[in-house]
Amino acid sequence: MITITDVTKSYGDETVLGPVTGQIAKGGVTSLVGPNGAGKSTLMTIIGRLLEPSEGSVTVGGLDVQAAKSRDLAQMMSILRQENHITARLTVRELVAFGRFPHSQGRLTDEDHRHVDLALDFLGLGPLAERFLDQLSGGQRQRAFVAMVLAQDTEYVLLDEPLNNLDMKHAVLMMRRLRDAADELGKTIVIIVHDINVAAAYSDRIIAMRDGTIAYSGTAAEIMRSDILSEVFDTPIEVHELAGRPIAVFDPMAQSVTHDAVRTDEESAVASV
Amino acid sequence: MPRLDLETPDMDAAAVAASPSRRVRFPAPHIPQLSPKARLVLVAALVVVAAACYLFLFIRGSFAFSIDRRLTMLGAMTIAAFTQGLGTVVFHTVTNNRILTPAVMGFDSLYTLMQTLMVFFFGGAALAQTEGIPKLLTQTALMVVFATILYRWLFSGRFGSLFVLLLVGVVFGMAFESLSTFVQRLLDPTDYDLLATRLFGRMSNVEAGYLPIAAAICVVVGVLLWRRRHRLDTLLLGRETATNLGVSYTRELTTMLVVIALLVALSTALVGPMTFFGFIVAILSYQFAGTHRHAYVLPMAFLLGMLTLVAGQFLLQHVVGSSGMLSVVIEFVGGILFIALLLRKGKL
Ligand SMILES: Nc1ncnc2c1ncn2[C@@H]1O[C@H](COP(=O)(O)OP(=O)(O)OP(=O)(O)O)[C@@H](O)[C@H]1O
Ligand SMILES: [Mg+2]
Repeated sequence: MITITDVTKSYGDETVLGPVTGQIAKGGVTSLVGPNGAGKSTLMTIIGRLLEPSEGSVTVGGLDVQAAKSRDLAQMMSILRQENHITARLTVRELVAFGRFPHSQGRLTDEDHRHVDLALDFLGLGPLAERFLDQLSGGQRQRAFVAMVLAQDTEYVLLDEPLNNLDMKHAVLMMRRLRDAADELGKTIVIIVHDINVAAAYSDRIIAMRDGTIAYSGTAAEIMRSDILSEVFDTPIEVHELAGRPIAVFDPMAQSVTHDAVRTDEESAVASV
Repeated sequence: MPRLDLETPDMDAAAVAASPSRRVRFPAPHIPQLSPKARLVLVAALVVVAAACYLFLFIRGSFAFSIDRRLTMLGAMTIAAFTQGLGTVVFHTVTNNRILTPAVMGFDSLYTLMQTLMVFFFGGAALAQTEGIPKLLTQTALMVVFATILYRWLFSGRFGSLFVLLLVGVVFGMAFESLSTFVQRLLDPTDYDLLATRLFGRMSNVEAGYLPIAAAICVVVGVLLWRRRHRLDTLLLGRETATNLGVSYTRELTTMLVVIALLVALSTALVGPMTFFGFIVAILSYQFAGTHRHAYVLPMAFLLGMLTLVAGQFLLQHVVGSSGMLSVVIEFVGGILFIALLLRKGKL
């Protein structure tokens, strides 16, 4: 279980997150959704101990993430950030093999190689395994990073926008893989996604964030409501039943409630040019 | 298994070019047939040949005298290659860039300043009395403590961009140097003489007595780095990913800064300041090692450093006929390479 207690994050005078208190139960897929700048990544990197909270504490599987030994945490929780840059020139396989570091400290055993191959296969990277990362497309590279985190084989997996750059096929494949990992291997998966319909289709719980706090949280059915989504995303969204699933649909002509003035300004500016 | 990736190479290239996260890289000479191990063996063989040529060819006059002199100089070159090569590679790794080097960031100016201040406050007599190895060790320890504190503060993430860091480093270096020059003006002439002989180590007139202790320190550092080679590899992924993999970044940074300060102090004390030598050697070793793994890159940096110095000295001494020019030539070439890479990458 992940417990978040009174967590806040401030930069200077500006509080960008919190106070947030909540729990994410063990097992299943939890999606964090919300508009840009809502604090999703901030919350996730704090849970993943990559960012120190200004106040409050987080425990994952009973370990306080700020106090526990980094290595112990790495064997239990893995996190992939939204952006990933690497100075060195690595092949896909070398990158994925790094995921085994918490278990083998760099000396790969047969067991480690098995995990690496599994993770590569899992994301359809087999044919690309010997390519260098800078020879991949954006989506392929994204899958390589996700494969590294999966090779880490941890109970808790935190992924910040794993669907970034992925086409529809690979997005669906990846979500199904994550779903399987939760159902069959009992992993706890927390992901940040922007496509609310993807979140609804694959997750057990959805946490909707807005302005640095948790606005709503509940099952997909509870969150997939026109009023809730319109409020969280600050834009008119309708929810329709399609093929037995709730589907959120945006209005192509919509103008955001609070950004109306700005938008019309821009439009008139464009029109006058 | 279904083939998931059917993109044509053209599309791939376009996607890569369009991706904002792509870094401009130095072109790698492609010799893919050679394994990293074979490359190390090859370069090691070249080093042995160069060292043999340097030691035994063109001896005029007393054989014993020449060999003795040349052995001392070879020892100095070994220490310089080791300290500068490994120091720079490790620095690049922990600071996650391949442009800044300890020398560019003012490590050796800091060393000069501390030497100068020591003479200023305790006098040249004190310096002369505490001659020898204990003094060398004390000085090195002091330098290590200060450099670690200062650079840990600098690299703790408060300067977001490497350009700012580069600027801060250069400014620090200049400030340390000016301060040293200023304090040196205040010294009385005897003290200054004592200091000058201490400060401006030269590869061609190294104090042979210091070589054993320097070699011992290098061995200790070498063992320490070797044991951490895998952890260093993870640092290449950047602070966050390394943390995710269970590596305590701050602890590694501190440890490595201690090591780097130690190496720079040793190198400066023994052979004098060298700004771009470590840079050349590190950049070349990334190209020639054929892997990112420190198990290969670190030995490669040492060997390439040896090769540059020994072959360079041999050629200058016997072909060009000006033996004192080596560091000048290296600094010149290195400086040009540094600027060329800066301009080419357009960013750090
Ligand atoms: N280093 C920083 N300094 C100041 N403000 C920051 C910093 N990092 C993030 N913020 C601010 O914190 C807020 C939350 O950022 P966060 O990255 O958590 O958003 P997000 O919900 O992940 O958004 P997105 O969907 O765009 O990824 C934003 O308003 C951002 O501007
Ligand atoms: Mg984000």
